[in-house]
Amino acid sequence: MTQQQLGSFPGGLKLPGHKKRSTQLPIRRMPISKRLVLPLQQHIGEAAVPIVEVGEKVLKGQRIARAEGHVSVCLHAPTSGVIKAIADHQVPHPSGLTAPCVMIETDGEDRWIERNPVPDFRSLSSHEIRQRVREAGIVGLGGAGFPSFIKLNPGVRHHVETLLINGAECEPYITCDDMIMRERAAGIIEGIEIMMFALRAKECVIAIEDNKPESISAMRFALTANKALSETTRIVIIPTKYPTGGEKQLIQVITGKEVPSKGLPIDIGIVCHNPGTAYAVGRAIRHGEPLLSRIVTVTGTDVTHAGNFETLFGTPIRELLEFCETKRQPDEPFIMGGPMMGYNLSGDDLPITKTSNCILAGVDEVAIASQPLPCIRCGECAVACPASLLPQQLYWYSRSKEFDKTEEYNLFDCIECGCCDYVCPSKIPLVSYFRFAKTEIMNQERERRKSDIARERHENRLARQERERVEKEERQKQRKAALAASKAAQKKAENTEAESTTEAAAVKEDN
Amino acid sequence: MLTAILALTLLALIFGLLLGYASVKFKVEGDPIVEQIDKLLPQTQCGQCSYAGCRPYAEAIAAGEADINRCPPGGEATILALADLLDVEPKPLDEEVGTEKPKMLAVIDEDRCIGCTLCIQACPVDAILGAAKHMHTVIADECTGCELCIAPCPVDCIDMVRTTPNPTTWRWPDPEHITLQEKIEEEQA
Repeated sequence: MTQQQLGSFPGGLKLPGHKKRSTQLPIRRMPISKRLVLPLQQHIGEAAVPIVEVGEKVLKGQRIARAEGHVSVCLHAPTSGVIKAIADHQVPHPSGLTAPCVMIETDGEDRWIERNPVPDFRSLSSHEIRQRVREAGIVGLGGAGFPSFIKLNPGVRHHVETLLINGAECEPYITCDDMIMRERAAGIIEGIEIMMFALRAKECVIAIEDNKPESISAMRFALTANKALSETTRIVIIPTKYPTGGEKQLIQVITGKEVPSKGLPIDIGIVCHNPGTAYAVGRAIRHGEPLLSRIVTVTGTDVTHAGNFETLFGTPIRELLEFCETKRQPDEPFIMGGPMMGYNLSGDDLPITKTSNCILAGVDEVAIASQPLPCIRCGECAVACPASLLPQQLYWYSRSKEFDKTEEYNLFDCIECGCCDYVCPSKIPLVSYFRFAKTEIMNQERERRKSDIARERHENRLARQERERVEKEERQKQRKAALAASKAAQKKAENTEAESTTEAAAVKEDN
Repeated sequence: MLTAILALTLLALIFGLLLGYASVKFKVEGDPIVEQIDKLLPQTQCGQCSYAGCRPYAEAIAAGEADINRCPPGGEATILALADLLDVEPKPLDEEVGTEKPKMLAVIDEDRCIGCTLCIQACPVDAILGAAKHMHTVIADECTGCELCIAPCPVDCIDMVRTTPNPTTWRWPDPEHITLQEKIEEEQA
C-alpha cells in the first residue's frame, strides 16, 4: 500500500472528540420493544406506500411498504408481530410534526420470513444488485438517508473511478461507524466487494480518521484476508479535523479535487458510501436480510451507561434512553445527531429511524445561551467555512430576506456543519439563518410551480368558456337560419298555393 | 445651402425607411411587462384586487391604472417583488382590499352537499369535481384558496381550513422572529 499525498479543505475546526465514553463496551443488542412505530418516510424522496392491513400478522423481514416513484425504498417489519395501526404519529424531525407511520405490536418470537440469500453475488447483474438493494430498503446510514441503490449505478454519462468509504466520522460524540468498523470489518469488506462489482469501480479508498486506531487495524486485518479486493482497495488514514466527514470535504482530502458547486461527486468519478451502508449491502445480498436495524450511539453527560446499540427501527427512543439509564427528566429535550449538526427533539414517543445515528443527552461544553450580539464583520466565519463561502454575507442577506442574493452567494453549497456558529464571537446562530433561508427558497419554488399550474388551469378554463360561448352562438345562428328557412319555405308553399288557386280561377274564368 | 438640405432630406428618408422596416420586422407581440407582472402574482384568481383575475390586474398595473399593493394573497412578498420589477417604492398592503392571511384550502362537507354545481361554476381553476345532484369534492392539490366557492353555496357546506405543513414542506422558523419573541418574553418577565 502506497501512501499518497493527501489534500485538504479550507477552514474546519479541531474539536474535542468525546468519543471514549461510548466506545468502552462492545455493540449491544437492544431488546425488542413491545410496540414499534415505523414512519413510511425514513429516506430522502417519496414516502413508501403501505401494502399491509391493520390486524395482519407479519414476520421479521416481511415487506410492509413498497417504494413509490424512483427516489424511494421499501420498508420491512423489523420483527414478527401484528400490524396495530397505520396512522399519523410524531416523527423525529426538527419540526416536531406527525407523519404516516405503521405501528406493529411485536410478539417477541422474532420469526423470520423466508430469506433469499445469494452466496455468489457475481451471478447477479449490476442491475439485479441495485434492485435487491432497493428492495432491502437500504439508505445512506451516515445520516442523510439517500436511497443507496441510486448511488450504486455506474451510469451512462459518468464512469466511476473510485468508491470512497467514508469512515471519517468527524462529529464529536458519535461512534457508531467506529464501532461497526471495529466489530464487523469483515462484513463491511464483503459489502464493499459487492458495491465495487455493481459500480464497476476501478479502486476503493477506505478513509478513516487517525483518532480511530482500533478501526484502522480491524479494517486492515479484514482487508488482507480478501486477496482479490486488497489489490484494488487501500485504507487511507486522514488527520482528525471537523468536518472531514462531509462528503465533499473528504473527497478534497483524498483526491485534492473539488466537487463542483451544485455538482455531485459522480461528476468527478467518485461515489461515496458509509461503512454501515456497505455492511447493510453485504447482509442484503449475501444473506438476503433487508435493513431492519442500525447501530445507534447513545451518549452524553446525562447518560450513565453510554454505548452503541443495535436497535430495531421503530424502537421508542425513550426505551433506549431508559436502557442506558439517564439522569434526564422525562420529556426533557435531547439531540438527534451530534452537537454540531444535530437538532433538538423532545417527545419521548419518537421512534428510531434509518437515519438516527446518535442520541445525545447532555453535552460537556454548553454554549451559554445569550442574546446574539451584532455582527462585527470580523470574518472569522469565512475563515472557518469548509465550503469557502462567506457566511457573514449570507447572514446579511438571509436576515433581510434577499433570497436571490443568498443564492448568488451559493447558499445551497452550505453543508450546515456549524463551524461558523462555533467561531462567531457575537454568538450569532448563523446556521439557523441559512436553514431558514434554504427552506424559504424551496418553498418559493414550490409556490411558483403551483401558481404556474393554477395559471394554466385558469387559462384553460377561460378558453373552454370562450369556446362554449362561440359554439352556443353558432348553434343559435344555425337555429335562427333553420327557422328562417322553414318560414321561407312555408311562405313559398303558401304563395304557390295561392298562385295555383288564382291560376285555377283564371282558367275557370277563361272557360 | 441646397446640398445641405438635400443631404438632410435624404438622410431623413433613409432613417425613416429603416425605422419603418424595423417596426414591422421586430414587432413585439403582446406586452412583455404584463407577462412579467403576471408571473409574480400568486394566480389565486380570487378577484380581491377588484379585477377579474390575476392577468387583468397585471394588465391594469402595466397600464398604470392600478397600484401594486392590491393583492392580499400575495402579501408583502409579492409587493416587494413587484416594486423591484417596476422600480417603484414598495408600500404596505391596501387595507381596503383585505389582509394577508395564511394559505387556506376549501373543504366541502360531503354530507351536506346537495350537488347543485354552483361552486363548480365559481371555481376559477376547475379544482372542484362533481355533477348535478351528485356530491362534489375539492381537488386539494389544485385549490388556490381563493374563497370564490363560498358565497354561491346555497347550503353553506364549504369551509376554509388552514393548510398544515408536513415534514417535507415544513420551513425552518425565522431566527429573527425567535429572538424578537424571546426579547418580548424577557421584557414581560
